[in-house]
Amino acid sequence: MTPLSFTLIVLGISYLAGLLGSLVGVGGGIVVVPALTLLMGVSIQNAIAVSIVSVIATSSGAAASYVRERITNMRLGMVLEVATVAGALTGASIAAYLSGRALFIAFALVLFYTSWSMFRPKGRSASAPPDPIADRLRLHGSYFDRSLGREVTYRVSRINVGLGVSYVAGVASGLLGIGGGVFKVPVMNLAMGMPIKACTATSNFMIGVTAAASAAVYLMRGEVLPFVAAPVAVGVLFGAKTGARLMGGVKSEFIRIIFVAVLALSAAQMLMKGLR
Amino acid sequence: MTTPPERPAMRTEDAVCRILIAGVSASLAFIVAGSLLSFLRGSYSSQPAEVARLSGPGGAFPRTAAWFLGGLAHFNGRAVIVAGLLLLIATPILRVAVSLYSFARERERDYVLITALVLILLLVSFALGKTG
Repeated sequence: MTPLSFTLIVLGISYLAGLLGSLVGVGGGIVVVPALTLLMGVSIQNAIAVSIVSVIATSSGAAASYVRERITNMRLGMVLEVATVAGALTGASIAAYLSGRALFIAFALVLFYTSWSMFRPKGRSASAPPDPIADRLRLHGSYFDRSLGREVTYRVSRINVGLGVSYVAGVASGLLGIGGGVFKVPVMNLAMGMPIKACTATSNFMIGVTAAASAAVYLMRGEVLPFVAAPVAVGVLFGAKTGARLMGGVKSEFIRIIFVAVLALSAAQMLMKGLR
Repeated sequence: MTTPPERPAMRTEDAVCRILIAGVSASLAFIVAGSLLSFLRGSYSSQPAEVARLSGPGGAFPRTAAWFLGGLAHFNGRAVIVAGLLLLIATPILRVAVSLYSFARERERDYVLITALVLILLLVSFALGKTG
């Protein structure tokens, strides 16, 4: 393989990762890491460092469109960012004292259960109780859904559950170097009563900030190889832009199904890391 | 829907969109330019082992400010790519800073506190990351 063909292949894979990640609100690490390690022969350590770059690119590449279309609930994103960044800080500080294997297995089991909950059609329409904090912070939202041809209005509920899970999602990303999107989307959808598109767009908005904190550390350690990171960043940025353009016209049900698949896949990947 | 209370929020949203687009465009320009420089100036050899070298420990760049700045001055492809990656990482942080400024201008006290807290936590994690 020549440097040019390596660059072009990684560019193509990363485009798909950015497309997928921006639609379902995760960082694309589940595509980028296995592709780089299994197909391109990059070490796992370097692949994880590069995948942090892909998380930021997925987030920033799609966020402008989502914010402009108001699919992103920006206020809620900012409120939950407090918990997720605090969690990432905690995770990074306690990482040295905990066993990675046990954590991977524990989080994998949580994700398997979550993907089952997201897959089950019932239980998602449970009416959300009023939440005074959400009222005060004016977190309720609405956006125009092009696939339905109408405005979708929703009320945000159980902000305390959202903060708690976002904190755990932050701890998980600090500890295991994963994007927290797989935790944030289900809690917004299942507990906080938000439509799936608002969940994935808001998660997409948040993951960039959480990843930025750890990305700087990886860059300082020299684990982000410029030759590998360049096509990943460019491919993911363009893929995320395409994803953001598609989101409005795609059916919510479609987004939910891909998210469940992504969730099950990342649970399986984590379980393998834990059992290895 | 009630339009008046949503106006200030939209202005913050516009500011956030602008900084995101600016950050992404700038980092994209640097990364593409750096890659083109690397290829066109023949920084990568056509040896069969070249890809393994670049995508392994040998592809790591010297992490000194002197190398980075010197590389930029000489249009070293990899240094230009690193500049683009730094811009990409800075974009979400700048986004938080811009929204803090915008919320302050709109006198949304709750959100000034919230975004300030996020920014402080981010700076703390950078400080810890450097030492740890």
